[in-house]
Amino acid sequence: MKNDVILRTVARCMVPFILLFAFYVQAHGEISPGGGFQAGVIFASAFILIALAVGKEKAREKFKQKISDFTCSLGLMIYAGIGFITILFGGLFLEYGKLPFGSAEKGNHLGMIGIELGVGIAVASVMVTIFFEIARKEDD
Amino acid sequence: MNLAVNFPALLVTVPLIFVPVIPLLGLINRKICWYAAVLAITASFAMIMTILAKVSTEGPISYHLGNWAPPIGIEYRIDMLNAFVLAVISFISLVSLLFGKELVEKEVPEYKHPAFYSVFILFVVGMTGMTVTGDLFNVYVFLEITSLSGYALIATSKKRYAPMASFNYLVIGTLAATFIVLGIGYLYMVTGTLNMADLAERIKPLNGSSVVLTAYALILMGILIKMAVFPLHLWLPDAYTYSPSAVSAAMAATSTKVGAYVLIRLMFSVFDIEYHVGSVPITGIIIFFASLSIVMGSVIAIAQTNIKKMLAYSSVGQIGYILLAAAMVNAEALTGGVMHIFSHALMKGGLFFVVGLIVYNIGSERISDFAGIGRRMPFTAAAFTIFSLSIIGIPLTVGFVSKWYLVLGAISSGHWYAIGVILLSSLLTAIYFGKVIFVMYFKGGHDDHGHAPAAKLSEPMGMVIPMAFVAFLCIYFGIFATFPVELAAKAAEAVLGGVTWK
Repeated sequence: MKNDVILRTVARCMVPFILLFAFYVQAHGEISPGGGFQAGVIFASAFILIALAVGKEKAREKFKQKISDFTCSLGLMIYAGIGFITILFGGLFLEYGKLPFGSAEKGNHLGMIGIELGVGIAVASVMVTIFFEIARKEDD
Repeated sequence: MNLAVNFPALLVTVPLIFVPVIPLLGLINRKICWYAAVLAITASFAMIMTILAKVSTEGPISYHLGNWAPPIGIEYRIDMLNAFVLAVISFISLVSLLFGKELVEKEVPEYKHPAFYSVFILFVVGMTGMTVTGDLFNVYVFLEITSLSGYALIATSKKRYAPMASFNYLVIGTLAATFIVLGIGYLYMVTGTLNMADLAERIKPLNGSSVVLTAYALILMGILIKMAVFPLHLWLPDAYTYSPSAVSAAMAATSTKVGAYVLIRLMFSVFDIEYHVGSVPITGIIIFFASLSIVMGSVIAIAQTNIKKMLAYSSVGQIGYILLAAAMVNAEALTGGVMHIFSHALMKGGLFFVVGLIVYNIGSERISDFAGIGRRMPFTAAAFTIFSLSIIGIPLTVGFVSKWYLVLGAISSGHWYAIGVILLSSLLTAIYFGKVIFVMYFKGGHDDHGHAPAAKLSEPMGMVIPMAFVAFLCIYFGIFATFPVELAAKAAEAVLGGVTWK
């Protein structure tokens, strides 16, 4: 399968669209169905497709274990960090309206986009990690 | 900015932020992970103590996450009962971390340390979250966080059977979680709400509804599995036996207690007490299984040759006391039950640590290999004896206090056979702990050929001090019991709200 020319070509065509769709779902999370979780899974699926087409070792080189561990943590830290920032600005935990963006409405929008981004990053890296962990087992 | 107002959210989220930070710190230096973990739990513990002080003087706290009002938003609600349980969980987790440092270094491979501490914090976060929340679905989410991190913690052990024990727990635990979420789904279907206070109001007109009854049965089933009550306890002995000692101690002391807390909360604050003693004798059924658990747990414990298995079966028996207390529905019994959450956490946590230290030194978990420990590890053996006496329920120990209130409760609600069960179980407990103490002090020392006693074994100061401290607390609260008993009585009062049923 690794050197299958059809698979490689199709993957090469598909990946940009999948990534674009992931960003679309990510960006629309706070006003329509979608959001960080779905976007993260779609994003990771593009990466898994690359790994299937070119081989997991090559794919892992592009997204090393240390980096994916870091982004896993980063996503969660963005989410909780926004919660702490709202407390710093005098609100309750995750009260986006209190964020310093002028109005409560803007704060709500941007705060929600922020946490969705955190969720997206965390989910995408966890999905990729799970895939590589399971794929690794058959070698040992 | 008023930080103290945000403590209910921060006591969960501050340790939570350490969960991703600890592995990152581990990339720099593995040694600092432990310090970060201690810092996280200490911060949480400090906030919990502040809240406990506030709740006991000013009454329940309600915290609205994101400032969304309760039936729609998620509410964290803390009254005396959860404040008390939170304090116990947090205290025991902190002691486990302090005490467990050297044991973890010995029992968990070094490259796993950052992940271990990170998951350990997540485990504590899950339990505190489950206790602090006033939202039923939140309870389920935190239950899953606790369980999943629990499975991972068990599997970190170097023992060969550990992954299998973890997997068995995973299958049974997932089954339990499925029961619970199905029950919550049914409740949501007929009431349209997940907030516990709101749910309690909306359930009242549905008295006698078979959907509510089904939901109750499903949730009860799930929680009883999580609590490891007798016929549903099969995951527990392996899970405690094959996990690292620090994990067995923390899990035995806290995780089944949180299940007990959720059960008490649901029985008294969500489902109407009149309702479930009316058409279906739910309390009667619970009392039956609690008694069965108390007796059978102790009987099976007597038959064990592996010390950790013995302690695990003892836990099955002890959790029965808390269940029994809840089902007797009166203030004294519930005071005893809440008190037992505290005292059993101290005793069983302490026992698992003591045993962890002995097992590390002699390299065997067989009770018969404990011969001569009384001379070779004097402090450890003394601590083991104190914890055992406490679990048996000898006066002047904390275990006596909780059993005393349980018996008082059983007398005032007329459950005479429950008194018999409690006394019988104390006798059985004395048998299996007596056996170990006998082996430790009166066997060995000299080998069969009359040679000199074996050399002393190491008892590092870092472990003796927390051990002595917990043993001291066991006796201190056994003599000066007023402080914890008053808190427990307030907790029982808060949750019963004057309801007493005979």
